[in-house]
This record gives sequence, C-alpha cells and structure tokens, in this order.
Amino acid sequence: MSRDAGRLSLILLFMPFVLWIGLLIILPQLGIGYYSLREKVGFNQFEFGLKNYVDFIGEPVYRNTLLRTAWMSILVTILALIAGFPVAYYIAKIAKERSRAALFLMCLIPLWVSDLVRAYGWIVLLRETGVISTALVKMGIIGQPVEMLYNDITVVMGLVYTVILFMIVPLVSTLQGMDDALLEAGYNLGGSRLTVFRRIIVPYAMPGIVSGCIITFMLTAGSYLTPILLGGKNSSWFTEQIYNQFITRYNWESGSAFGVSLLVFTSFVVWAGLRLTGQSLATTVAKD
Amino acid sequence: MYDLSCASVTKSFGSFTAVRDVSLDIPSGSFFSILGPSGCGKTTLMRMIAGFETPTSGDIAIKGQSVVTLPPNKRNVKMVFQHLALFPMMTVGENIAYGLRCRKEPKSEIAPKVARVLDRVGLPGSQDKRIDQLSGGQKQRIAIARCMVLEPDVLLLDEPLGALDLKLREHMKIELKQLQHQFETTFLYITHDQSEALVMSDNVAVMNAGRFEQIGPPKALYDAPASGFVAGFVGDSNVLPGRLAEVKGDEARVEVEGGGTVIGRVADASKPGDAVEVFLRPEALRIGAGGEGTSLSGTVESFLFNGASSRILVRSGAHLIEVADPEQSGAAAQGGAVSVAWTAEKARIFARRPS
Ligand SMILES: Nc1ncnc2c1ncn2[C@@H]1O[C@H](COP(=O)(O)OP(=O)(O)OP(=O)(O)O)[C@@H](O)[C@H]1O
Ligand SMILES: [Mg+2]
Repeated sequence: MSRDAGRLSLILLFMPFVLWIGLLIILPQLGIGYYSLREKVGFNQFEFGLKNYVDFIGEPVYRNTLLRTAWMSILVTILALIAGFPVAYYIAKIAKERSRAALFLMCLIPLWVSDLVRAYGWIVLLRETGVISTALVKMGIIGQPVEMLYNDITVVMGLVYTVILFMIVPLVSTLQGMDDALLEAGYNLGGSRLTVFRRIIVPYAMPGIVSGCIITFMLTAGSYLTPILLGGKNSSWFTEQIYNQFITRYNWESGSAFGVSLLVFTSFVVWAGLRLTGQSLATTVAKD
Repeated sequence: MYDLSCASVTKSFGSFTAVRDVSLDIPSGSFFSILGPSGCGKTTLMRMIAGFETPTSGDIAIKGQSVVTLPPNKRNVKMVFQHLALFPMMTVGENIAYGLRCRKEPKSEIAPKVARVLDRVGLPGSQDKRIDQLSGGQKQRIAIARCMVLEPDVLLLDEPLGALDLKLREHMKIELKQLQHQFETTFLYITHDQSEALVMSDNVAVMNAGRFEQIGPPKALYDAPASGFVAGFVGDSNVLPGRLAEVKGDEARVEVEGGGTVIGRVADASKPGDAVEVFLRPEALRIGAGGEGTSLSGTVESFLFNGASSRILVRSGAHLIEVADPEQSGAAAQGGAVSVAWTAEKARIFARRPS
C-alpha cells in the first residue's frame, strides 16, 4: 500500500520533467527526423529516402559552412576556457568568502538582459559610427571611422562573451570542492607552481572543464543571434542556413535534414574531443 | 647538530598572536611531539616550519641552515596533513612517485624506489590501487610513504590519527613509532591527545595559548610538571582549589575550599596567600588511614571498572576524588566510609589556573 503511494508520488514528481523532455525535446526531434527523411516527388507527394542528406553532402557551400561553424565553435570554446579558468579559480579559491557571492553575481548579470540586447550593445560600440570608432577619431588616433563589425574576430569575441558564463559556473563548482591541503601537499612534496597546476589543479578540475566545454561548444554551434548580428552576411553560420531553408525557401524537408546533421556532427565533435583528450563522460561529468 | 631548531618564533595575525616566542631543538632521529589543546597554535607553528606561513619574528633552521626565506617546495621537510591530502586523481603509485618526479629523478629509478617504500610500510604491490579503495589505516601509511620516499630531514605530522576510529588509532600509534625507528628520521608530531604524545615521543613540548609551557621527556612531564596547566593536561589528576596558608621548608599547607587542609609541595613560585590548586594523581592515592593533611575522609560513591586503569570514586565534602584501584580488591564497599591517604611529596601545589 505505502509502496504504491511512494511509487505514485515518484511518478507525479517526475511528471513535469518527463512532459518537458517528451513534448518539447524528444517529440520535435522525432518530427524533424521524420521530415528529414521525406523526399518531395510532386505537389504534396512524398516518398521516404535519403535524398535530403545526399543533397546536403553534395553541396560544398553547406558542407563548408558546417565545418566552419564547428571550427569557430571549437575556437570559441578554447578561448572561453582560457579566459574563464583564471576567473573561476579566483572566485573559487582566492576570493574571500564575502566577496565570492558578489563576484558570482557579477558574472551572472549579463544573463539578465536578452541575447538580442547584448548583441545590439556590441553593435552600438563597434559599428562605423559607433562609440569606439568615434572616440578614436576624436582622439586623433585614427584618421577616419573604421567598421569593426562584420568580421570573424568580432563574431568570436561576441560569442566568447555570451557563453563564458557557462564555462565559469561548472569550473567554480568543481574547484570549490578542492581542498587547499591538496595544493599545499603539492608544493610540500617539491612541486613548482607549474607542476601543481598541471598535475593537481587541472586533473582535479577535469569534470568541470569537460562539462563546461561541452556546454559552451553546443551553445556556440547552435547560436543564431550573435553570429548573425555581429557577423552580418559574412558570418556563414550554419544555423543561418537552417533558418533559410525553413523560412526563406520554405523547404522543411531539407531544413530538417540540416538540423539533424548539425546535431549529429556536433555530437561527433564532442565524442572525438573526449577521445582525443583521453576523457570519458563516466569519469568526468558523471563522477559523483 | 639539530635537525630542526626554532628560535623565538612568533606569529601574529593582525592583533592576535597565535604563536608566541617558541624555541625548540630537535636532535637527529628523535620523535618530538607538540601537545596542546585545540586552537593553541600547533598547526600554525607547523605551517611556519613547512613554509606556508612566514614567522612575524624569530628564526627556523633545518640542519643548521636558516630556511625562513625558502619557499615550501625548496625545504626538505615533508608533511603528513591532518586529512592526509592524498591526490584522489592519482593511483597509489603515482601519489608516491609525485615527489620523485618533481625532483626529475630518472624513470628507471622511480619505480624501484616506490616499490621499496611500499614494502617498508607493509603494502607491497599496491601501486595500481586507487586512493578510494584504501582503508583509513592504509591511507595513513601511503601518506607517510609519499613523504618518506623523498628522505626528508624532518617529517611533520599534523594530528594524522585524528580521523581514525579509536581501535585503529591505538594500533597506528604503535605502528607510527615503529615506522619512525625503521626510517630513522626525525618526526615532529602534533596532537591534542596526551596518550599519543606520551606513548610515542622521546620528547614532548606542552603548548598552551601560543607558548610552550614545558619541554621534556614524557616521564618528566608526568612526574614533575612545571605548571598547573601541564599537571592538569598531562595524565589524570584530582584538583583541589584552595589558598596557600603557609610554607615551612619543603612543606606547604593549603586551606582547601569547602573545608579541610592539605599538606603538599609548592612546585612553582606561589607565595602564602595566593590562590592555588593541589594536584593529586589517582595512583598516588590509596585507601587507608593517613596523618593530618595527608588524608581525606569520605564515602565511596561508585566503582569504575576499566581493567588496569579501574578507579574508585570517593566523595569528600564538595570534592569527588578518583582513586586508582587496579586490583579491585574490595577494600571498600559502596556507600561505606573510607579514608584516602597520600604522601606529602605527591601533592603538588601550583598557582590557580585562569578559568
Ligand atoms: N590565517 C589565519 N588568520 C587569522 N587567525 C588564524 C589564522 N590561522 C590560524 N589562526 C588562529 O590561530 C589560532 C591557532 O590556530 P591553529 O590552527 O594553529 O590551532 P591548532 O593548535 O592547530 O588547533 P587544532 O588542534 O584545533 O588544529 C586559532 O585561534 C586560529 O583562529
Ligand atoms: Mg591544527
């Protein structure tokens, strides 16, 4: 009797989660997978087949855009790790107990405004008639206004800024679990700063590094607003291609195939990344 | 020459002085303990020796060389941390090899050294075990092996048995002493447990509120404590507070609070009229009649059986007195009237400790 009640409350507890995952994630993905396998043979006539995928692979523009998106995302992930690690280390280990919460909050503040507003913030700063360009001209450092938008550096910078928080949070939580005595033992046994960093801090933080990298990479590869607004026509971001297929060309079948390809390819990159660095999800992210 | 010496070492954090004017000299190959209550500055002193804190004043020398300006990784003192601080992401073998690799020893020499030290701590062949597969006592031994493989001048141990359960602690006490003999290395051991300090050490320093009260072999601390703090902290004592009435030659008379007088020896600089305490060890007391001032009468309150350290509790006025009674001979009956007696030189009188 009480076991049944317990089971019922368990089911009720999990219901919202299951509904959310089922209705908003699994069902649409299945739908997209289904669409991507339909071939249009005539008006409102469809057959099942892999034609959409064959078309995708056969067209170098699509292929290259996907590869470029992956490379840029990897670059963004690495930059976010390099920039985020010292910040996370400072918050978790060096800052005083009292200032820790304030610092953490400061990292969160950018999330309080929407993606769109943040991207427009960059535009206000960086465009030809923007704050920085005008200021530099006024100070006489440059002769005439320069356009700082619409290039890869700006896109990468904007993306790092957008996703770095998702690198910092997991890093802070793993580093906070590290006992200072481990570092002291590292020095006491004769290690230099570099040795302690390389052989103690980094291995200890590995679960946070891996989950932070996976989250940032996936977020970057799937982001839309930042690359489009900061990169303009030159951004060639893969999500833009998906958007074009769905909205501009109204070709849902091919758009779905693009979406599935993005998911498969980014998952493959994550898997390859884990293999190359000798990590596995079981020993890092899923570790107690 | 001394393996480790500290000269007037002081450490202040802001206006608070954690370690005050501490001096010690530890001869080569000996087992030296620092015994003191929680918060008296033991860890702070040890962290200064290891190099994690800089003394506010004073000097620390290892094998005669001052080390105060050396960073921690350049000092040949190794430390066993309170919670051991074994590296969880490395195997046992990698933990032990860590220090050797920091020293850039050739790979071919590292493996045999690791194997040899594991042999000596009694865990041969456990190189590939993960740290979380070890028991508490095994972790302890790995933490010691990790330091000893580097052949330090001094090994520092900060309450390493604190996290173990009672049974294992008793066992590790003896084992630590044997390991120290085996490695012939100087051990500096920190503890707040007097039995650990007494059992293992060649010399013990009793520390209180940042300073050393007394340094000496365990037996000297026990038989001839230099202050009320040491007498109360090392070993068990019955304490009778009172006022020093008069001193005649060796003997002194104390008027005990709650009535009665006790005759004993003044062991510090107390003068007649001072508030004092009389310390009586349970094993210095016996059941039986005694003279005026060297006996108290009371009633037997209860028997505490604990093998060789069994006790009889005797109530005398406001005081509850523990009398050692290893034989449990039945010389007294519960509730019966008894007299407890001692010889005057076993009753030590010290100035009243601030409470
Ligand atoms: N970094 C620091 N800043 C300020 N005060 C400190 C600092 N480190 C230690 N103290 C203070 O110094 C005193 C002694 O601390 P310490 O850790 O040396 O005690 P301990 O004898 O090792 O105690 P325990 O047996 O509990 O480990 C304590 O009152 C502590 O609050
Ligand atoms: Mg301590």
